[in-house]
Amino acid sequence: MKGKEQRRNLGYGLLFAAPWFIGFAVFTAYPIAASLYYSFCSYDAIRPPRWVGFQNYHRMFVEDPLFWKSLWNTLYMVGVGLPVSLAASLGIALLLNRKLRGIAFYRTLYYLPSITPVVAASIIWLWLLNPEIGLVNIVLRWMGVAHPPAWLTDPAWAKPGLILMSLWGAGGSMVIYLAGLQDVPEALYEAAALDGAGKWAQFRHVTLPMLSPVILFNLIMGLIGSFQYFTQAYVMTNGGPQDATTFYALHLFNQAFLDFKMGYASAMAWVLFVIALTCALVVFRTSARWVYYAGEAR
Amino acid sequence: MAIHVKATTGPTGNQTRQHGKGRTVARVARTIASHGVLLGIGVFFGLPFYWLVSTSLKPDSQVFAMPPVWIPHPIMWRNYPRALTYIPFARYTWNTLVICSLNVVGTVASCSLVAYSLSKIRWRGRDLVFLVLVSTMILPAQVTLIPTFTIFKWLGWIGSIKPLVVPSFFGSAFSVFLLRQFFLTIPNELSDAAKIDGCSELAIYSRIVLPLARPALATVGLFTFIGAWNDFLGPLMYLNDERSYTLSLGLQRFVSQHGAEWAMLMAASTVMTLPIIVLFFFAQKTFIQGVTLTGIKG
Repeated sequence: MKGKEQRRNLGYGLLFAAPWFIGFAVFTAYPIAASLYYSFCSYDAIRPPRWVGFQNYHRMFVEDPLFWKSLWNTLYMVGVGLPVSLAASLGIALLLNRKLRGIAFYRTLYYLPSITPVVAASIIWLWLLNPEIGLVNIVLRWMGVAHPPAWLTDPAWAKPGLILMSLWGAGGSMVIYLAGLQDVPEALYEAAALDGAGKWAQFRHVTLPMLSPVILFNLIMGLIGSFQYFTQAYVMTNGGPQDATTFYALHLFNQAFLDFKMGYASAMAWVLFVIALTCALVVFRTSARWVYYAGEAR
Repeated sequence: MAIHVKATTGPTGNQTRQHGKGRTVARVARTIASHGVLLGIGVFFGLPFYWLVSTSLKPDSQVFAMPPVWIPHPIMWRNYPRALTYIPFARYTWNTLVICSLNVVGTVASCSLVAYSLSKIRWRGRDLVFLVLVSTMILPAQVTLIPTFTIFKWLGWIGSIKPLVVPSFFGSAFSVFLLRQFFLTIPNELSDAAKIDGCSELAIYSRIVLPLARPALATVGLFTFIGAWNDFLGPLMYLNDERSYTLSLGLQRFVSQHGAEWAMLMAASTVMTLPIIVLFFFAQKTFIQGVTLTGIKG
């Protein structure tokens, strides 16, 4: 009887999950394996792939300076852009987590940019970051900056410009922080205050630990998003100036769909996969030390 | 109309009333200071929208004017019909809507089935399957990009909307995850009782779980719609006929060809952004539900 029900459940379980099994096999498992195979091939998507051994990897590490440049550009977004925007969205969430007349208005205002379609947002920021007549530099000049940066036309300022734009979309992770902040029991703050904890100590020893699972979530999501940074660069700069915004995913896309070097692009994809996975694993591994799950203690 | 989430914590939240006049003054001062800070940040989030709309309504001579023209005079409503006829806007909108709706239907149908299997049917290997499903979320899209392209090429689907639509019928990890989180909150007693009454799994799924899960289904539908509305890489790879372009792709092509027509570009960007913002105001609860479901716990 027991065995029969188990078998029945297994049957229905697999049947209901079948769409995902098929999707996983066709759109995830097979492509992962195939792209690993292509990465050792010369492949233009017209003729069948031809095995070339480690040639693509050799070209990537030794002969393609743009590979290193694009990797650097993407790591800049991961290493500089991501921490800045995570910190900013946390800061804003802290500001918004209070009882104040009209607070809902601010929440909405801060959130709306994050749902603006990426292509539209890119066009808006292309205009805002215009060196001569862009609003950003108009404001900077008004604030007394005599020579504001040329942003997307200056190799040194192009990436900071894109990071500024990403801050505009910080509302997405902000609302997730906000939801997390609202789950922090008020009693913890009261207890901390009774023990003589000041505002900073409360933040450091109550808010941060209680919020750490949310920080982990936003960090992982941000990490994956940053490694795939593509659309904004494609629309706004197409890699320029002087390849300062040729991000990894953009270089890969151009190799695959402009030059039809699909084998090379597959090798690039696998290197990206290994790097992203390593970062995610490092974060997960170290998270045991800094992420606090209230549920475990209860 | 704004994001309503109850604020439980926060330093200004619970000042007591029994103190004297000095306290009241201090409180008023702090409230004003808070509004000052929030408004200051609000300028950063809000001004780009104002600049977008105001540029879209300027005559060409005022677009580049220095000092900047804040309020366009005369207001050029004409920019809108001009932009919307210059690019085949109606056609792009229709194409986008078709892709969005099919994605919503496909995702909601397939993911609810899979989520039902992963939450309401007890079968061996279920937890392992869920683990694999969740881990596919951190897979960079670039890894599967090229083989997926070859599959669709082999099927002869390049240039049609099928590559942008069909995969949604085979489950997406994030949506399955969200729905499973919600399904888990539906008490098992309901489905167990129905099972004793002789209900089939399909009946429990369609008559008990789905009706109860309507808010979560709406959230997944909404996120899918916005995701498809904003998608750029997909259309860029698969749509090669101008008549089948989506808004994202059409707008990007317009930028690359007519970079300097800022008034028209801003008008087009406004029209592309507006539906999403309207959608937000009509479906705020559904948005917030999504944030809650993103399931930091679990």
